[in-house]
Amino acid sequence: MPSTAPTNGASPAQQNLSANDNILRFSAPSRPLSPPAEHTLFHPKTRCFVYGMQPRAVQGMLDFDFICKRKTPSVAGIIYTFGGQFVSKMYWGTSETLLPVYQSVEKAMAKHSDVDTVVNFASSRSVYSSTMELMECPQIRSIAIIAEGVPERRAREILHVAKKKGITIIGPATVGGIKPGAFKIGNTGGMMDNIVASKLYRPGSVAYVSKSGGMSNELNNIISQNADGVYEGVAIGGDRYPGTSFIEHMLRYQADPACKILLLLGEVGGVEEYRVIEAVKAGQITKPIVAWAIGTVAGMLKTEVQFGHAGSFANSQLETATVKNQSMRDAGFFVPDTFEDLPSTLAQVYQKLVKDGTIKPKPEVQVPKIPMDYSWASELGLIRKPAAFISTISDDRGQELLYAGMPISDVFKENIGIGGVMSLLWFRRRLPDYASKFLEMVLMLTADHGPAVSGAMNTIITTRAGKDLVSALVSGLLTIGSRFGGALDGAAEEFTKAYDKGLSPRDFVDSMRKENKLIPGIGHRIKSRNNPDLRVELVKSYVLKNFPSSGLLQYALAVETVTTSKKDNLILNVDGCIAVCFVDLLRSCGAFSAEEAEDYLKMGVLNGLFVLGRSIGLIAHYLDQKRLKTGLYRHPWDDVMYMMPDIKQPGGVGGGRVEVSV
Amino acid sequence: MSAKSILEADGKAILNYHLTRSQLIKPSPLPPPTTHNPPPRLASIYFPADASVSAVLDQAEIMHPWLLQRDVRLVAKPDQLIKRRGKSGLLALNKTWEEAREWIAQRAGNLQKVEHVEGYLRRFLVEPFCPHESNEEYYININSVREGDWILFTHEGGVDVGDVDEKAEKILIPVDLSEYPSNAEIAATLLKKVPKGVHNVLVDFISRLYAVYVECQFTYLEINPLVVIPNADKTSASVHFLDLAAKLDQTAEFECGVKWAIARSPAALGLPVAPATSKATKVTIDAGPPMEFPAPFGREMSKEEAYIAEMDAKTGASLKLTILNSQGRVWTLVAGGGASVVYADAIASAGFAGELANYGEYSGAPTETQTFHYAKTVLDLMLRAPQHSEGKVLFIGGGIANFTNVASTFKGVIRALREVAPQLNEHKVQIWVRRAGPNYQEGLRNIKAVGQELGLNMHVFGPDMHVSGIVPLALQGKTTTIPEFST
Repeated sequence: MPSTAPTNGASPAQQNLSANDNILRFSAPSRPLSPPAEHTLFHPKTRCFVYGMQPRAVQGMLDFDFICKRKTPSVAGIIYTFGGQFVSKMYWGTSETLLPVYQSVEKAMAKHSDVDTVVNFASSRSVYSSTMELMECPQIRSIAIIAEGVPERRAREILHVAKKKGITIIGPATVGGIKPGAFKIGNTGGMMDNIVASKLYRPGSVAYVSKSGGMSNELNNIISQNADGVYEGVAIGGDRYPGTSFIEHMLRYQADPACKILLLLGEVGGVEEYRVIEAVKAGQITKPIVAWAIGTVAGMLKTEVQFGHAGSFANSQLETATVKNQSMRDAGFFVPDTFEDLPSTLAQVYQKLVKDGTIKPKPEVQVPKIPMDYSWASELGLIRKPAAFISTISDDRGQELLYAGMPISDVFKENIGIGGVMSLLWFRRRLPDYASKFLEMVLMLTADHGPAVSGAMNTIITTRAGKDLVSALVSGLLTIGSRFGGALDGAAEEFTKAYDKGLSPRDFVDSMRKENKLIPGIGHRIKSRNNPDLRVELVKSYVLKNFPSSGLLQYALAVETVTTSKKDNLILNVDGCIAVCFVDLLRSCGAFSAEEAEDYLKMGVLNGLFVLGRSIGLIAHYLDQKRLKTGLYRHPWDDVMYMMPDIKQPGGVGGGRVEVSV
Repeated sequence: MSAKSILEADGKAILNYHLTRSQLIKPSPLPPPTTHNPPPRLASIYFPADASVSAVLDQAEIMHPWLLQRDVRLVAKPDQLIKRRGKSGLLALNKTWEEAREWIAQRAGNLQKVEHVEGYLRRFLVEPFCPHESNEEYYININSVREGDWILFTHEGGVDVGDVDEKAEKILIPVDLSEYPSNAEIAATLLKKVPKGVHNVLVDFISRLYAVYVECQFTYLEINPLVVIPNADKTSASVHFLDLAAKLDQTAEFECGVKWAIARSPAALGLPVAPATSKATKVTIDAGPPMEFPAPFGREMSKEEAYIAEMDAKTGASLKLTILNSQGRVWTLVAGGGASVVYADAIASAGFAGELANYGEYSGAPTETQTFHYAKTVLDLMLRAPQHSEGKVLFIGGGIANFTNVASTFKGVIRALREVAPQLNEHKVQIWVRRAGPNYQEGLRNIKAVGQELGLNMHVFGPDMHVSGIVPLALQGKTTTIPEFST
């Protein structure tokens, strides 16, 4: 790609810089990493795939990596089976980077042998098959499953296979987990400002396991305020059968020398907390544990309540939060009296460990700044930018589609018809009912005029050439201009000009003849004064009856009197009649100022009426030909007069010009 | 969405239909059946609050003509997830239809106390009575745990089955069905105390039952009594499931919905099919009606709860509402499945469990409009209850959101507050707000501004406050050094 040629909107100062120059590319590690310790799930070199198209989550992970001063992004690529795209562009600090997008798991794995983690955003319906497929890959050590509503049997099958293969599953129904300074799963930890506020860019000494994802973020906050920060945190998910439970992570934290305090946030339902109690009793866990089980309210309610999490339902006394809290307290855990007291309990434990030298608070590190994303900054109202496009007629952003401010449900409630919709979208206002009806009338009258006119002919020929609806329609529409269909614009213009100048009808006719111009909108091939065009009669009588004023129509009828006195068929034809009536409408309905009325005519709104109306007929011709299964049309030779120049004669016929004399 | 209890009638219909159709995990000792079960005789009769009892019963006679057969003996019982019906006198055995009809008519629509729960009796099940000896009553239970599914079986079933954990024989079927036990193992573990002659029949039944359990994704299934009537020379037996309680995994609807539906289609139930009248016939997505998950006994789902449940089912976001005490003083409007429980805990531990009016939560990034409708529903319920001399308390709470935009969900809450502002003051409602997460600053700023503009009694806190720290402040008059949110 040449590095010149600024794209639209680039400032002149950057003219020699192409967007490509700001993209960082990361190569694969030159040698395989030494395997991490058994208890280490994530580390600062963890590389993962994100399964599913989740640009916001991926960007959050990359931003996290950047402020943790990782050398390479934690996301090696995106697996998106619905495919189509090959790369996804992401920010890396202030520069950009391209993440490969793979359509198949196999290909992704082959390309990135250093990946051992997958963040699986597949839906509850497809997460089973995708996770099973991912577990076939020997390089995968852990998978986070985000989806809520995974069938319990499927979840158990996943965790059964995972156990056999030694794969750690986090979830389902979770936000994931976070290891400050190293790795962040998906949306864990919230936005950058929260990650900075809760000091998640550098490790502390407290490691937690929580059921709830939302509450895990609350724990990040509590731990950063009452201790030296989070060492690692996992939200195992609120389902009945989480892939890994408290005990697996607690044992990992116990084995990790950098982790000093364990924190457990349990919940009513299930018996997983008791496995931690057993581990403590068996001496497998010796580090201090601060713990709480939420859902103590359940015992105080009269009926059983299914709380927000699928798993939070006590099937026995043992599964109630109250009994769990008491059992943990009895086993020597630090259990506060209420959840509100948990921060102070944690602070006490932390202070004690600082005092006895177990924890040595580290100096704070400088946090790299991450520029705010444009979209987020504009949502926060911090920045502005001139819009490249303006639209004043319809808005699809809200809960309901708006036509010129009118909700689509009102369009139907008030039954404003196609004329009403046209008035909203074309003129951005409601016109009186008679005016909307008039618009509809015009559409009906101009809808078709037989197969022989040029537009219909073109459509028919194009259709017979086997082309699609749009091509056939457009080829017909393209004939509309000053000769075909365009009489409306011309008639409106000439009649208006004369009327406004104050020319008498007779003067108008005379002046046109002097200029050798035909009067547009006057004249019909067959119809005459005695054999009137019924379409014209319909329009005339409607307008005379309903319009508050019809000055130009009256004028045109006077002109007709002059012209028909010369020749019987020089009547006001349907184009002319529609044109003058439309001008009357614009001028007299009260919805437009004189200037606006003028502008709309200049914009060619009359032509728009004809195009719209005739599209109905052209589509009809297309359908008709299709229905009849007509074949390719070829015009017969005998209907074409062939006249070739004789190139052997110098200068050809008449000096190189083909002259036709009739 | 989670494991949910289903009606006894639905459970029986599923068993009846799928017992012979489900794919067995390993071949059973008996040859595969050559015929399927006939449609079950299950008259599930529902009495809406405003319907005439006798009219409903008349209709039942039309729908289930076998009720009117001569010499038919029947069982009637309420079908509303009530445990131990026999002990509460809610079981009519060996009745004629006239007697059963009379028995139901006396009870339909009545307020009934079962143990310490009160509720209205609205749904009854009538079935043919199955005469048997008491030593023919067995018990079987299948329930799921992390490692697999337990099958509990005892030959001493019936009303007085007692502690089944103690006395039943058990076998764990592992999650990986390739490790499914052999017929001999099943017989040796579960049927130790059962006459040898009926072993084959029972192993066949258990295998089929378990196959249905797996295929239809039950999470719990209990049959008590399971009646096994041996033939004269005790070489075979007929098996009947008299009383059944079951839970299905609602999240598996996309896999099993078809099977749940077809078993309950009018054809499978042997019901007369209503003629497909052009306009009124609603097309269901499967061959039968979608599965219904009734509310537990004593908690009829109110219109509002049903409305929120419907909204919940239709969106990716999570919206939950359970009315605990419509006259309660303390109302919650909390974001997040975990935080909402924490709030309920805090309110209960402050001594206000009895005053807690609702449990609910909204999460998973609902739109502004969804939040508005949710908040509006809660506020309407709060203001519909009579005023209280001590006023009411509303907690607009939540944790630190991971990805929900707080400002936009709060816009919905604010719209709802605006609509009812005067009544909020009339009812002397204190509003306590605590929330954080993406764009919480704007969210809190806006709600605080609205509180001031409308003159509401409102306190607003951000992430400095503990997630449920506002509860003791509001309910127990505690004080805090943490300043309220200010711009």
